[in-house]
Amino acid sequence: MSATTAVTWSRPNQQPNWLVRLFDWKPFLAFACLLPAAGLLLVFLTYPLGLGIWLAFTDTTIGRSGYWVGIENFQYLLEDPLWWNAVFYSVFYTGVATFGKFALGLWLALLLNNHLPFKSLLRAIILLPWIVPTVLSAIAFWWIYDPQFSIISFLLVEKLGLLSSNIDFLGSAWPARFSLIAANIWRGIPFVAISLLAGLQTISPSLYEAALLDGSTAWQRFRFITFPMLLPILAIVMTFSIIFTFTDFQLVYAITRGGPVNSTHLLATLAFQRGIPGGQLGEGAAIAVSMIPFLVFATLFSYFGLARRKWQQGEGND
Amino acid sequence: MTDAAVLPEAAQSNAATAQPETMAWDSKARRMVTLYLPLACFVIILLFPFYWMTVTAFKPNAELFDYKTYNPFWIGSPTLDHIKHLLFNTAYPHWLVTTMTVAICATFLSLFSSTLAAYAIQRLRFKGSQYVGLAIYLAYLVPPSILFIPLATMVYRLGLFDSPLALILTYPTFLVPFCTWLLIGYFKSIPYELEECALIDGATRLQILRQITLPLAVPGLISAGIFSFTLSWNEFIYALAFIQSSENKTVPVAILTELVSGDVYQWGALMAGSLLGSLPVAIFYSFFVDYYVSSLTGAVKE
Repeated sequence: MSATTAVTWSRPNQQPNWLVRLFDWKPFLAFACLLPAAGLLLVFLTYPLGLGIWLAFTDTTIGRSGYWVGIENFQYLLEDPLWWNAVFYSVFYTGVATFGKFALGLWLALLLNNHLPFKSLLRAIILLPWIVPTVLSAIAFWWIYDPQFSIISFLLVEKLGLLSSNIDFLGSAWPARFSLIAANIWRGIPFVAISLLAGLQTISPSLYEAALLDGSTAWQRFRFITFPMLLPILAIVMTFSIIFTFTDFQLVYAITRGGPVNSTHLLATLAFQRGIPGGQLGEGAAIAVSMIPFLVFATLFSYFGLARRKWQQGEGND
Repeated sequence: MTDAAVLPEAAQSNAATAQPETMAWDSKARRMVTLYLPLACFVIILLFPFYWMTVTAFKPNAELFDYKTYNPFWIGSPTLDHIKHLLFNTAYPHWLVTTMTVAICATFLSLFSSTLAAYAIQRLRFKGSQYVGLAIYLAYLVPPSILFIPLATMVYRLGLFDSPLALILTYPTFLVPFCTWLLIGYFKSIPYELEECALIDGATRLQILRQITLPLAVPGLISAGIFSFTLSWNEFIYALAFIQSSENKTVPVAILTELVSGDVYQWGALMAGSLLGSLPVAIFYSFFVDYYVSSLTGAVKE
């Protein structure tokens, strides 16, 4: 025992070699630690972002580096009815799907916030649509929306007798648009519900107790306690949801590929179609870049519109 | 404090005793209608596509296209034909291996770099570290749909086109910001005093990271790993844009581009492929669901 203490005492006298000392020098260590992440992000995120904006002002095609053409690509897009159609559907898709996701997700979160048996199992099951690859569940929806063998049509026509003929889900513009929105809502509910559930669980029960003593109704408790306390989390989740719904690609590409007659193109699918199979990289990049103003606007709107306020944080915090 | 806790209970029990017997039954029925019924609807709707996928994958073709004679919601005579076709007549096993390799490599690459970055931002506290944190948060908000065209030209010029390495290198663009964000939150919850003690005892900072911080951060690392794995398994647009030859495709892309051919869709094989492609993620996720949910909700709360 005494021998080991003696050894430990002698340790500070050993001079560590220069490499160890270099890695213990804080500025170098911070630099070295940040290097892999910063390197990856600068090379594969920041640089492509700038390159994309540059490409949008050139006439690059696959296999030929382009020349600077100024705003020609954007002028062309402004006269292109397909681009306007994609803008309209992207906004419509984002608006309706976000509303649906948040209405249903909030409802589900409120339901899950009650005392329930098998609560953790239930949460695990509910997250499943969010875990499974989007394209694979989109294929399941594609089969559910089949014009001839759709199970929804079968239920409505044969079993319930509500309709006389099968629904043509993906054959014409508006049904196809709403079918895609329904699939997107289905996929988005779990994430919204589980995030909002986390927010609900941070609300102190004493607020509800005080309100109960004051004789509030259930609606008043929701309107004046739950909803305002939930707003900060709602703002973050909504920012994410809007950004990733607006730039959605997988669902539309898997189910309709922009059809019928280009009516369900989102900006992302249109950019892909023009850029990769079409080969017009410059024009595709211009379409992709035209998403940026919408994204910035949506982010600012949902962030500042629903921004956190001090009283929502509870006392002393922030 | 105890008064506050007792008071509402007392108020409730008063209310309960004041009400007649029928009211108790009424509230039970009401709970049924307002709670369990909507919840059951949600669960059924959220799970139905998976059920339908499974049922379709094991149905023989005769049943698949005939709802009149067979009950569409049940399998009359289950068959493994679709799965056999998938495994032996297509390159499906190969696609699975490619996807698995890409997902695992991308996960390790991004876990490694984001652990170091999160440690530097949260623990070394150099000047301007919060701006680096903010920049990484903003990087997460850049969606892949904007980046895939310039990345495609880059990948082509680097000579990585049609190689899984292109995916391994580009997936960290969305994995690293997310993992770093998650791990910063996790490191914050580890008491700083532990590191101070080690510093006083003469440990170097790398020793502290390896022997104190990392072992304590294992749950955070696990959940970041699961997130990265599922996100890279699910990735679609990069894999679609950068990979051309059939054998290098990942499962989601290959099912959509290789199995969908001609006018007659092989629904049985498509559904079997989707089911098999979803299984690894679902199994992986089911082991770690608690980590997953808690870190998801923790990340949102930050």
